Amino acid sequence: MDWTALVLSLELGAGTILVLLPIGILCGRALAWNRFHGKGFLEALLALPLVLPPTVLGYYLLIAFGGAAPIGRAFHDLFGGTLVFSFAGLLIASIIANLPFAIQPMQRGFEAIAPEVREAAACSGMSPLRVLWRVELPLAWPGIVSGLVLSFAHTLGEFGVVLMVGGSIPGETRTIAIAIYDRVQAFDNYAAGTMSAFLLALCLIALGITYMLSGRIGRRHG
Amino acid sequence: MAEAEGLTVRLRQSTPIALDAELACAPGEVLALVGPSGSGKSTILRCIAGLHRAREGRIACGGALWSDSRAAVHLPPHRRAVGFVFQSYALFPHMTALGNVLAALGHVPGPEREARARNLLALVHLSGLEQRRPATLSGGQQQRVAMARALARDPKVLLLDEPFSAVDKVTRRKLYRELAELRQQLHTPMVLVTHDLDEAALLADRMCILHHGRTLQTAAPFDLMAHPASVAVARLIDLKNVFNGAIDEHRPESNLTLLRWGGRLLEMPLQPGFAPGQLVSWCIPTTHIILHRRDRPSRGERENPVPGEVSEFVTLGDNASVAIRVDGHVDDVLLMSVPVHVARRNAVAMGAKVTVSLLSEGIHLMPAAASEQDTA
Repeated sequence: MDWTALVLSLELGAGTILVLLPIGILCGRALAWNRFHGKGFLEALLALPLVLPPTVLGYYLLIAFGGAAPIGRAFHDLFGGTLVFSFAGLLIASIIANLPFAIQPMQRGFEAIAPEVREAAACSGMSPLRVLWRVELPLAWPGIVSGLVLSFAHTLGEFGVVLMVGGSIPGETRTIAIAIYDRVQAFDNYAAGTMSAFLLALCLIALGITYMLSGRIGRRHG
Repeated sequence: MAEAEGLTVRLRQSTPIALDAELACAPGEVLALVGPSGSGKSTILRCIAGLHRAREGRIACGGALWSDSRAAVHLPPHRRAVGFVFQSYALFPHMTALGNVLAALGHVPGPEREARARNLLALVHLSGLEQRRPATLSGGQQQRVAMARALARDPKVLLLDEPFSAVDKVTRRKLYRELAELRQQLHTPMVLVTHDLDEAALLADRMCILHHGRTLQTAAPFDLMAHPASVAVARLIDLKNVFNGAIDEHRPESNLTLLRWGGRLLEMPLQPGFAPGQLVSWCIPTTHIILHRRDRPSRGERENPVPGEVSEFVTLGDNASVAIRVDGHVDDVLLMSVPVHVARRNAVAMGAKVTVSLLSEGIHLMPAAASEQDTA
């Protein structure tokens, strides 16, 4: 078992969902309740990482993060390091790759709240922030937790994007999924098997939680 | 007084829903907005609450300006002191009954909130159910929680959007009584949206008839039912006997106006507002059509006797709905309702020849229907 890789994966997963929590809530809420021109296109764009081969997404991110591209250059000017082959680059790539996994369940969670319930909250004298805190988040939480669990599990299992953007630097970019691949390459099937079984169990638990919670969405405390 | 303390509303827009409405509601008064589906009743309520913003208009309540398109004033809902009871009640499903009421008490100092919330739930007869979630309450109980929550805000106006439509008849009668009780204790203007005329007549001090977003007439229920301002209003309040005629002459000396209806002349109290020769529409409530008895003459028989033939006879419980094709009129059918035993005693049946009297004080004149759209 490559503990360094596991810790790195857990750190990456935690960092990803920490950033995706506010992004998912804001985007999911906006997409759930607003009708605007180009909404379908935006939703398609956000769902792209679901269907795009990870290597394709990884390739574009690699190009964007490189020193020749504006994003990579801006990062270098601000923080001194590079995005390519670094944990910071991996984190940003992971956030982008997980956007649909976080936003879509959260959007479903917000969609399940009846519009009149939000209006009733406003008519009860609650400010928009208070409505969010007292009414919307408590009602949308199954969707929010689902989004976070799915993103976390997906980050742990992500391979293509990580390999393209981060490579396999121990302690920096070698996640558990990469470590399994490396172990198999080195004919260390025992280590690969242990880590695979661990990931399998983790993903099963994550999906179990997600399905349990998605059953709650729309049931509305009935 | 209505401007200073009550509610005044003026709204105008052409899209997305056409509105041309003007209404006022004094403190303690119940104003019913009545109209068919899509007439803009709920939109007006939403405008008052600040949930919808009309293109043009002004809304003032309790001496405060809530919205004025000219002054670019538009307070958001949470800054308007409204109590809103939604058709679906829109209770917060994750909170208890008490929690729902507490949620609307944000303006009250913390330590006083719970006592206030409990008092409000007691006011709507829900003591003992404070800890129940909405899903475990009956429809009537949910409606009461919604009412308590609406009152919790100390509203300057209470807005009720078809609050009785989702409960059974027995519960509805009970809730009517409770609302009537409640209003004796409140000094708040109440606007009730309903498509049920009987409900409006029962609960409201005044009714406002809406059609295609326009306020056509506002009056006390009895007044409105007897004296609709136009054929459109008469149709909307479901008056059956609406006909066309012409003013024949006025006889001020005998305080009479003669109305020509087909080949006959009808007498009615003097109506000098309509000129002789003028085409008019007129209506008469079914209560003012008297069936002549076959055995002996009854009171009012000499008033506007009209002979005809029964063209429809439908028994509905203890009453019979009778349609009478008036002799000499091809299209004019008088509708009336008589107790079944009266119909039987007077041999009223399909095809029977009968005579009725149109009581003159019941005849109400209106400007002639201008177009088909007006009468629709």
